[in-house]
Amino acid sequence: MVFDYTLASARDALRKREISAVELVNAHLEAIERLDGRLNSFITRTPDQAREAAKAADELLAKGEGGALCGIPLGIKDLFATEGVRTTAASHILDNFIPPYESTVTANLKRDGAISLGKLNLDEFAMGSTNLTSAFGGVENPWKRQGSDARLVPGGSSGGSAAAVAAGLVLGATGTDTGGSIRQPASFCGIAGVKPTYGRCSRFGTIAFASSLDQAGPMAKNLRDCAIMLESMAGFDAKDSTSVDKAVPNYEAALDRGVKGMRVGIPKEYRTDNLPEEIAALWDQGIAWLKEAGAEIVDVSLPHTKYGLPTYYIAALAEASSNLARYDGVRYGERVTGPSLDALYEATRAAGFGDEVKRRILLGTHVLSSGYYDAYYLRAQKVRTLLQRDFLQAYEKVDMLLAPTAPSGAFAWDEKPTDPVQVYLNDVFTVPASLAGVPALSVPAGLDSKGVPLGLQLIGRFFDEETLFAAGHVLEKAAAFSHRPTLHAGVSA
Amino acid sequence: MSSYRITGETGEWEIVVGMEVHAQVVSQSKLFSGAATEYGGEPNTQVSLVDAGFPGMLPVLNKECVAQAIRTGLGLRAQVNKYSRFDRKNYFYADLPTGYQISQFEHPIIGEGKVEIELSEGEKRIIGVTRLHLEQDAGKSIHDQDPTRSFIDLNRAGVALMEIVSEPDIRSPEEAGAYLRKLRQILRYLGTCDGNMEEGSMRADVNVSVRPVGEEGYRTRCEIKNLNSVRYVMQAIEIEAERQITIWEEGETVDQETRLFDHVKGETRTMRSKDDAHDYRYFPDPDLLPLELEQSWIDELNAALPELPEDKRARLEKDYGVSQYESGVLTAEQSIADFYEDVARGADARLATNWMLGDFFAALNRTGRSIEDSPVSAQGLRELLGLISDSTINGKIAKEVLEDMVETGDSASAIVDRKGLRQVTDSSAIEATVQGILDANADKVAEYKSGKDKLFGFFVGQTMKAMKGKANPAMVNEVLKKLLSA
Repeated sequence: MVFDYTLASARDALRKREISAVELVNAHLEAIERLDGRLNSFITRTPDQAREAAKAADELLAKGEGGALCGIPLGIKDLFATEGVRTTAASHILDNFIPPYESTVTANLKRDGAISLGKLNLDEFAMGSTNLTSAFGGVENPWKRQGSDARLVPGGSSGGSAAAVAAGLVLGATGTDTGGSIRQPASFCGIAGVKPTYGRCSRFGTIAFASSLDQAGPMAKNLRDCAIMLESMAGFDAKDSTSVDKAVPNYEAALDRGVKGMRVGIPKEYRTDNLPEEIAALWDQGIAWLKEAGAEIVDVSLPHTKYGLPTYYIAALAEASSNLARYDGVRYGERVTGPSLDALYEATRAAGFGDEVKRRILLGTHVLSSGYYDAYYLRAQKVRTLLQRDFLQAYEKVDMLLAPTAPSGAFAWDEKPTDPVQVYLNDVFTVPASLAGVPALSVPAGLDSKGVPLGLQLIGRFFDEETLFAAGHVLEKAAAFSHRPTLHAGVSA
Repeated sequence: MSSYRITGETGEWEIVVGMEVHAQVVSQSKLFSGAATEYGGEPNTQVSLVDAGFPGMLPVLNKECVAQAIRTGLGLRAQVNKYSRFDRKNYFYADLPTGYQISQFEHPIIGEGKVEIELSEGEKRIIGVTRLHLEQDAGKSIHDQDPTRSFIDLNRAGVALMEIVSEPDIRSPEEAGAYLRKLRQILRYLGTCDGNMEEGSMRADVNVSVRPVGEEGYRTRCEIKNLNSVRYVMQAIEIEAERQITIWEEGETVDQETRLFDHVKGETRTMRSKDDAHDYRYFPDPDLLPLELEQSWIDELNAALPELPEDKRARLEKDYGVSQYESGVLTAEQSIADFYEDVARGADARLATNWMLGDFFAALNRTGRSIEDSPVSAQGLRELLGLISDSTINGKIAKEVLEDMVETGDSASAIVDRKGLRQVTDSSAIEATVQGILDANADKVAEYKSGKDKLFGFFVGQTMKAMKGKANPAMVNEVLKKLLSA
């Protein structure tokens, strides 16, 4: 059955000609047609281009040619610029923006034969952890609580990516992670997601939220699929000064290395008083799984963890306030005219940006303002250095860290707290790794008492994604997570 | 110390001036993009997606622009900072596509240096350079093409500028002019800025304050923006200083503000008061890594640095025996100095200096040509001087030959041959002519002999006239002396 394929098994089946790329793509396009009216995981669908690409892929496959992802249907988070295809960042200010260029990450995937089925929904400018801030409407998590039809959030900001993968609409999706935007939605939707080391994937052509934190990564049904995708996405790019010139390893080959003899750190500061019991229990389960597989468990301390969230929200929003200044209605995107240049700016930005984006621009502008810079931005930079040092010191003792991905499972749309700061707390376990720039991933590890998925997070050394893939795969095998969401392409409505 | 003073109602005032000079870096492409930097292109034809601030576009530092900044720093005898950083200066304007200018705020690439200026009396002063940093230029807003709309040209957007900030060491309009000219000369020698102020490759912001002579400390300053000629800089300082003195003398206080100079009305006007000064919210640009320089690269650039004006002057004075005034004129532009050396190396140096500064410059001025497209090449001039030195022609004939060279482009020897201008050095021929002149002017000879020495010049003139100017003047003198004393 088509929807049982993972990316890896589909790749193999395509090569063996057990299925054609056209069949595979058509099946997924049909599923999108069937389910996405409800899920709303796509902002823009590109079925015609996808069918064309599938035909071309079949021709290559028939000759035994084609790249590592030849014929694989993917979804692209609508933060990556795609040449000739509308790219919105889920914001009205870019409602009709069609870039004449392609992001490096998507160009790499294309080069290897991947087929995009369209552009996936997200929180506006990747700002949010619910996907409810999108100007194109929220995304529905394909999972349901037992006995409830309440719409759950898919997490964010890569909510469309997580939902589309979880529902089987695509075999994989690109995400971006600034403070948890890949890991948290992966956890909420019961899929795997990898945030690579900062600098591993080029940021060229990816619409910036917070430049010093933004990092693209793969989201897929499991880590093998993520490994295959990351190998394609990653690599040095002269067009991004912060991308790192380091060879890309064979991540798929690292999956079966195991964790025997490895040391796994358990950061004590993550075990907060208000950590829900279910989350704590899952974490303990993860510890037990790794121990059973031969890892040594070590308690470690990341003493500055409690400053993670405030530091993140100062650093990220400062950069965002500047990064989003270019959306001014002058050169591209939407414009609302006014009697003066200032009036044009005000009207354009008032109409173009949603509330969360405006809130973040205001906060970011404030922390950079004269008289506040030292107390906020500069202080945050210093704390960021301390947070990074926490990790480096921990890695003197351990090879990686294990922690929950998020403090809860997916919640309902109408349970989203009205206090924005409460929403920001979703990121408490994910932002430290982002601030430090180290790689991290999330794998589905179980269900909560209401039947929605929960993820476990592994955080690694700089550029040591391989160890994370190996340990993550141990967790995957032990968890044997085979649950499927209520809304899934393989289930007829 | 120069003593420029303005006399007010209450006494003598002096002025305190510091300058920020924006110099466009000579480079093929922009500071952070591959777009071309050439002047005068059709609007918006030299713009990359990076320059236009498209979503997801990232800056990539142009190494050549960094090299140019280092060369300039070395040329200004300044500190080259091995660690520098790019910051974002945030403000909204229609010709600033990203909403921020990438500049170097806290850690500039070049630190303290100095510029020696020379004033009209030959007096020299050192003006301190505080720093030099790299930054992007903005685009251009065009407001006068349509009654309701403005147009934007982004060709300049992203072009590399060096902002060179001086200490408040300048004390007169003349010093300000001399500083700007000297800076321009150094940059042109280095090839790091073409110094073309009309095209906007160099612009100056001038900070002016005044204080009663003898007062310590500085009073409130005003910044006059965007002056694009040495003359305007000098005028603006003078006018602004007088405005400020009047305010102080009326018992008011000068407000710190940014002003514009109107050269037509001869006044400065408020552009922005301190109250609506921008809060630029500088912070390190997260798209760029800090700039860390290797000493070996700095050394390499230093070793390849061209000779600077001051060094060249000293050398010309030593090698060719030119005066301090002459060396100043000859090194004003590198091309003049090169031309001069080309001539002087193969000719009599004194002759070369006199002819360059005299007849040759006069010919350039007359024809409106620059040294780069001089109608006479250095070799051509050298050949002409050679003909003087070897007595083929005399100086007077040489002037005529030079004029012919300018007009026809022919070589000096070709003209001498064509016109038969070869000097007569045959002593018997000269003697015969002189004798003829003396015979025909017996009365004058008698006058001369009775003490009217001045008539000697008359006999020389008559002889030269008779020999169509081609006689060797020294020989004519000699023969005349001999025959008159006979």
